[in-house]
Amino acid sequence: MQHILSENDRGPKNSFTNEATRMLSTNANRASEAALAKPQLLEMLRRMLRIRLFDERATAIRARLPGTLHNSIGQEGEIVGACMALRDDDYMTGNHRSHGHPIGKGVQLAPLMAELFGKATGVCRGKGGSMHLADFSSGSLGESGIVGSLMPVAVGAGLSARLRGTDQVCLCFFGDGAANCGPFHESLNLAAIWQLPVVFLCENNGYALFTAQAQTSAVAHVADRAAAYDMPGVMVDGQNVLAVHEAVSAAVWRARAGSGPTLVEAKTYRYCEHSEFGEAVQVPAYRSQAEIDSWKARDPIAMFANHLFDTGDLTREQENAIRLAIQDEVDRAVTFAEDSPFPDSRALREDLFV
Amino acid sequence: MTRITYNEAAMQAVVEEMRSDARVFVMGEDVQDYAYAAVLQELGRERIRNTPICEGGFFGAGIGAALTGMRPVIEGAFSTFLYSAMDQIANQAAKSRYMFGGQASVPLVIRSVVAYTGGLAAHHSDRPWGIFAQIPGLKIIVPTTPYDVKGLLRSAIRDGNPVLCFEDATLSATVGEIPAGDYTIPIGVAEVKQPGIDATIVAVAGAVQHSLEAARLLAEEGISIEVIDVRTVAPLDFATIMTSVTKTRRLIAVDPAPGTCGIASEIAARVAEHAFGALLTPIIRLTAPDIPVPFSPALERLMYPTVERIAAAARKVCGHSISDAASAAII
Repeated sequence: MQHILSENDRGPKNSFTNEATRMLSTNANRASEAALAKPQLLEMLRRMLRIRLFDERATAIRARLPGTLHNSIGQEGEIVGACMALRDDDYMTGNHRSHGHPIGKGVQLAPLMAELFGKATGVCRGKGGSMHLADFSSGSLGESGIVGSLMPVAVGAGLSARLRGTDQVCLCFFGDGAANCGPFHESLNLAAIWQLPVVFLCENNGYALFTAQAQTSAVAHVADRAAAYDMPGVMVDGQNVLAVHEAVSAAVWRARAGSGPTLVEAKTYRYCEHSEFGEAVQVPAYRSQAEIDSWKARDPIAMFANHLFDTGDLTREQENAIRLAIQDEVDRAVTFAEDSPFPDSRALREDLFV
Repeated sequence: MTRITYNEAAMQAVVEEMRSDARVFVMGEDVQDYAYAAVLQELGRERIRNTPICEGGFFGAGIGAALTGMRPVIEGAFSTFLYSAMDQIANQAAKSRYMFGGQASVPLVIRSVVAYTGGLAAHHSDRPWGIFAQIPGLKIIVPTTPYDVKGLLRSAIRDGNPVLCFEDATLSATVGEIPAGDYTIPIGVAEVKQPGIDATIVAVAGAVQHSLEAARLLAEEGISIEVIDVRTVAPLDFATIMTSVTKTRRLIAVDPAPGTCGIASEIAARVAEHAFGALLTPIIRLTAPDIPVPFSPALERLMYPTVERIAAAARKVCGHSISDAASAAII
């Protein structure tokens, strides 16, 4: 089984992180006793491909979609690895880069695509759009256009589970940008003092819009901030879906056992821009092609497929068949969206109050 | 019936709801040792939670708990502190149900004290219901009597939507009668606190008491004033106001909050729009000026509508001659 930290992590290890990693490795052995069986491994691949092909297709039809399009291309490993460490009744909060989160939790693509079109059959009935794809039936408590805004809400979900006496946990996705915001600090402190079952997962893709994390963060590794809140901080290779699954599983196990929150930092990368701006925005040269290419050389989907070829869990023919099936799902989702009606004018005033 | 204070009535509402509904719990600063100390042993520290000073954090936690089956009552302390949680209130609590197409509901109550006239200065003395009324998706109650605060807070806790309850500290010691048993007052219904025929005064919070006092003075002068307590700022009960103005044909709107874009302005605008023909005289708004609250009592006493100013405005709209000085004192 892989180490939680692969050789491709970005920075120097420090003693705290190593201790935390050791602590989590012990728990992770217990967590990986429920190791992934072949059907789950294939589902992992499917969900990663769904995110990739959904977002690539949305990009291809960008001109037909109103508003913004914030894709998750390149981040499929950390999203799916984390989501699949959860039970169906666990909660999840996300951010503006929302598409991957519901897909990672296994929801249907068609209502998500319809939402991008602004149709009445969208998962949010056309009221949310790209930054807010949330399917509450899968345990989502929302996605947010405001950076960091749902982190306290995730804490509240953990508090709720505790008060109701369940062993549900809440997975809280946020980015490297959010790690500098007030809500990050308040949320980690609150979850720590109350020992709440929250897994804080930082999707560190190195950039907030056009600004590199190194310029805006007092520490190189978000995981190192865990020490300030007396919780374990784990760095993990976000492009390695199994490593992420292992790290998050250990954190989930810890949370369910009543041992409180964990901060997991997944080092990842988005190939796509912050948003598919189109001609409206002249994207500055904030990163090099060489950097993008170096990350593409470690594509999470390609690496995982290769791993499954090596273990014999997948053949190339099967991978092809899976890709075609997912492509067909995406095609049918687009057709569904195209054929669906827009909300009628009465819908404007609906769903304001219960 | 028992006679209790406004504060006692408010606390009774929360405590009784906590006793009858296990989903209700309280979070806020100092709640265990101060406001809820008397029931801490009975209801426990899990359901009466002291929070750090992190309004964004614990208001948001309240939203998360409300989204997942609980009914939190957030103790926001002073109303001015709500601004520290503005993103949570405005972007999460108010918008989640709508933005996610009806998938969510946020049965959350946020209580806060509106403390003014006491020399607490600008960071503790805001009357912000007008600010929050501009955010669609929130309900806002501003009860003015023990009977109203208990009935409205109960409704707020039982409501499936986010409700802000602003409790005017100038009313906290007022005593009133409340019945035994489970009664509620519906959110969104104003009340004619004093019927009359010559002019309508619609008032918010502490201004209701001042308006009733002005009405008593004016009755001795033969002027009959109808005083309406809005009770709910959002959604505003415009029908009750319209019925009254159609009868009296004169309107004064009184609000201790700053005037610009406030509730008095909203009421005046709606009445002007829908009852213009009924009005015999222009509408008067009496509010605080658009100024932060100063500390010195010599200055703060100039800030809020007084009984005298309200009475002067009523005499003016009723066409009774008043001195130039009295006329200047209205605005």
